[in-house]
Amino acid sequence: MGEVVQEAGVGIPKVEKFNFMTTTLNDAIGWARKFSIFQYPFVTACCGMEYMSTACAHYDVDRFGAGFPRFSPRQSDVLFVVGTISHKMAPVLKTIFDQMCEPKWVVAFGVCTCTGGFYDNYSTVMGIDTIIPVDVYIPGCPPRPENVLDGLMKLQAKIQKQKQEV
Amino acid sequence: MTLAEQVKAKFFNSVTEAYTDKGDEVVRVKRESIKALLSSLKKDPDFDFDLLMDVFAVDYLHWEEKEIRFEVNYNLFSLKKNHRLFIKCGVPELDAQIDSAVSVWPAADWYEREVWDMMGIVFNGHPNLKRILMYESFQGHPLRKDYPYNRRQPIIGPVN
Repeated sequence: MGEVVQEAGVGIPKVEKFNFMTTTLNDAIGWARKFSIFQYPFVTACCGMEYMSTACAHYDVDRFGAGFPRFSPRQSDVLFVVGTISHKMAPVLKTIFDQMCEPKWVVAFGVCTCTGGFYDNYSTVMGIDTIIPVDVYIPGCPPRPENVLDGLMKLQAKIQKQKQEV
Repeated sequence: MTLAEQVKAKFFNSVTEAYTDKGDEVVRVKRESIKALLSSLKKDPDFDFDLLMDVFAVDYLHWEEKEIRFEVNYNLFSLKKNHRLFIKCGVPELDAQIDSAVSVWPAADWYEREVWDMMGIVFNGHPNLKRILMYESFQGHPLRKDYPYNRRQPIIGPVN
């Protein structure tokens, strides 16, 4: 802890000149959780390309503490649903969501997962929020990496602000 | 003489029409002789169609000039002779069935399952004719033109 004095605000611990900081337990846990997002990328379609470029060096999602995808739902915090979900895939997505441990969040990545997008047919789920609860919607077909990072920061703000179940 | 005309000259009993459409050689075939014709085209050294590239069906429901509703299309290719042939075969709505080509080319297996799944055309003699894209509980055949585009059959979740 150095000499940095930050403005006191939600989620920002007050680092004084002394070797301690004051905060609330809720804020401290939220601060830790929002910067250690283990994501589960549920990639089914073309949005996966934008997800990859967000995750790789040019946009570097690791700056936000979310650079560590876990390919097991049991070890992950945030479910990134990336791409069109068909009715045949819907039970799989629900199972994945049910396997994740609390606390967990869901990001709908791309307009297909938000609303079904331009699909209006026999096979496509019209928005994954008909199956599982969604925290952040990132529209776009596909969304640009900047858009994804904006969504991720909004998710971080949401994690910070919520009541932390321990 | 074009390839389609050669096929018609050789198999005049089963081929009803041969023409060239935008550079593609096409023959129309009677439904009852489709399997015999496909088998002959594969074995015949003049044609030697060793590769079945595609099987698909078209639904001509709203086409006034079409008397028969469905048309099953085969896309054959010969690697040795480097020529290609399209085979069209009408399948009526009330008797939507045709002989399977799996015993001729094993590649026909999944193509025919797809046609059955999407169009509801039965392939007689297919070893495992079940849905390949949709789920087993799905009712109807979604690429038929009379399947309502907004009809939903979700496995889970509300009808949306």
